[in-house]
Amino acid sequence: MEEILRVEGLCKTFTLSKKQQKIERTKSKQKVAVDNLTFTANRGEIFGLLGPNGAGKTTTLRMLATLIKPDKGDAWVDGCSIVAQPEKVRAKIGFLTSELKLEDFFTPNYLFDFFSNLHQVDPSVMAERKKSMFERFGIDKFAEVKVKDLSTGMKQKVSLVISLVHNPDIIIFDEPTNGLDVLTARTVTDYLQELRAEGKTIILSTHIFSLVEKLCDRVGIIINGKLTHCDTLQAICDGLSLEDRFFEIYKENEDLTI
Amino acid sequence: MKINNTLTIIKKEFTRFFSDRSMVFTTVIMPGLLIYIIYSLMGDNMSESNFTVEATEPTTVYVENLPPSILPLFDSIPMNIVTHDIVSEDIMKQLGDKENNIAYMIFPENFDSLVANYVPASETLAPNIKIFYNSVNDGSSMTYHMLDGALNAYEDSYCNRFDVNRYDDADSPSFDQSDESEVISNVLSQLIPMLLLMLLFSGCMAVGPASIAGEKERGTIATLLVTPMKRSQLALGKIISLSVFATLSGLSSFIGIILSLPKMFHADELNMDTNLYSASEYILLLLVLLSTVLVLISVISNLSAIAKDVKQASTINIPVSLMMIVVGMMPMIMGGATENPTLYLIPFYNSVMAMTAVMAHEATVLTLVLTICSNLVYAGLGAWILTKLFDSEKVMFGK
Ligand SMILES: Nc1ncnc2c1ncn2[C@@H]1O[C@H](COP(=O)(O)OP(=O)(O)OP(=O)(O)O)[C@@H](O)[C@H]1O
Ligand SMILES: [Mg+2]
Repeated sequence: MEEILRVEGLCKTFTLSKKQQKIERTKSKQKVAVDNLTFTANRGEIFGLLGPNGAGKTTTLRMLATLIKPDKGDAWVDGCSIVAQPEKVRAKIGFLTSELKLEDFFTPNYLFDFFSNLHQVDPSVMAERKKSMFERFGIDKFAEVKVKDLSTGMKQKVSLVISLVHNPDIIIFDEPTNGLDVLTARTVTDYLQELRAEGKTIILSTHIFSLVEKLCDRVGIIINGKLTHCDTLQAICDGLSLEDRFFEIYKENEDLTI
Repeated sequence: MKINNTLTIIKKEFTRFFSDRSMVFTTVIMPGLLIYIIYSLMGDNMSESNFTVEATEPTTVYVENLPPSILPLFDSIPMNIVTHDIVSEDIMKQLGDKENNIAYMIFPENFDSLVANYVPASETLAPNIKIFYNSVNDGSSMTYHMLDGALNAYEDSYCNRFDVNRYDDADSPSFDQSDESEVISNVLSQLIPMLLLMLLFSGCMAVGPASIAGEKERGTIATLLVTPMKRSQLALGKIISLSVFATLSGLSSFIGIILSLPKMFHADELNMDTNLYSASEYILLLLVLLSTVLVLISVISNLSAIAKDVKQASTINIPVSLMMIVVGMMPMIMGGATENPTLYLIPFYNSVMAMTAVMAHEATVLTLVLTICSNLVYAGLGAWILTKLFDSEKVMFGK
């Protein structure tokens, strides 16, 4: 198995504003969101980060996608450091999270070309890829409709397609099925499995057990910023259902959650 | 590769801007149109009031050495002739003020005998009648034309034995005592730079916050930040395209001003030269403007990048607009452009001073070069800071 992602001692602490302190109901100005995270992912697998709300999943993925910088530690995506070579990392990954929005004013067709250009995709490849991706997700009928006039589900699909214009080897996906109806969610999970079959690596985050059971080859369980377990699903579950095993782990690590 | 991404961004910004009709209308077409309409209306009102009030009063004409033979000639001209107690200096001074509906006519002494004895073909100059007047004062101007017409008609019948308002030597005072065109360029040179600066500012505000704080607010800039494009390319692409839009907006206002100037100062009715400025002066003005817009856009872009949303972006740009007003008023406060070259390194102040100098026909190469070059440096600095801001997660993703 070829290692394609290596995360070593990743740390991220946020400084909270007064307003955030109120929301988090804490007096401390610092919030440790990710605490010394270390794991690896292999080529061609779906790796899931599983954790409760506020565990630090999104923060971890945003660091891997180089949107934010770690305070300490580093990660290597296909050999490129997220700290030292962020531009190279960005060229290798496709990152998808609800935080990333598409400009309302443009059409899927325009946006596909625009982002393909920013990724330096060859024009002939681009046209081919656009056609097949748009067909795959049923976007072809809406290719000339402005994003603002698309339904939520269609917007999500367009976002997914746009994040993959450069056919990246590594796909980082925060909460892939959040806010999607069952049909759209199914389209997405099917597609992720398809991508894995093509040899792509997918790093996703979720708090949904069934999604992990359905998709993930290996899982990292993250609680309050710390990785408590990281292994194949079978090794972690040890005969129990993932849900039962998760609550066991959660209890064992209760001291972490204070 | 590098230029490519900047171009891609510029192309996108252009598509966004130009395919949005309401955007083009409000930022490019409306400013010029509004200025043209408002200024033309203002100009119309000004000229009307001038004519109705002053032209009805008969002009007071001071006449030195009035020959009795001429008197019947003036019967049909409505004016009050004053022939006594004439103090030449006093009258000339009064003539300088366009409020005074007066004229000053000087006949040579013994005009009648001079004319009678004059031999037209001879080498000596014909007797000359001087008429001083003020062309900006409608009464004075009108009376002058009537006197001139009457005397010339009389001269024709008299075999060209005298002249009216012949320039004998270059040192003699101009017969038209108004210096209105100078006054106009002075007023313009002090007023228009401020106006232009304000117009440019509003042009920048129309596009800057929406494009930068707006993208941040809507989360579309994050989508750009996860592409392999360099932050500097994004900053450059934004600054260049926003500058173009702001320039178009400023240019529209500028054209509005130029087209309405002749109307504003009712130049057509005064036979005034409407070409106050030469083509090269307009080009210099444009170059200063373009360099200014780059600085202005980079300031507004940086402030918009720091702001959470469009609303906050317009709020934190208010001090900039106040600064523009204060800086714009400097020529009026200082009575013109400064000559100290080092002051032309101060952003915005340099632009206003350079524009003032150009419009007062006083610009020097040194100050213009200093202005434009320092502005380019400031704009570059602005782009560099914007790059840093795009790269800062606190600024881009801080909550
Ligand atoms: N920009 C920020 N400033 C301050 N605190 C932050 C910031 N981003 C995240 N946090 C805090 O860091 C912690 C981890 O957040 P994160 O979004 O990574 O959690 P998550 O695992 O994705 O949770 P969820 O399931 O709710 O998405 C939370 O307590 C959150 O409030
Ligand atoms: Mg999250």
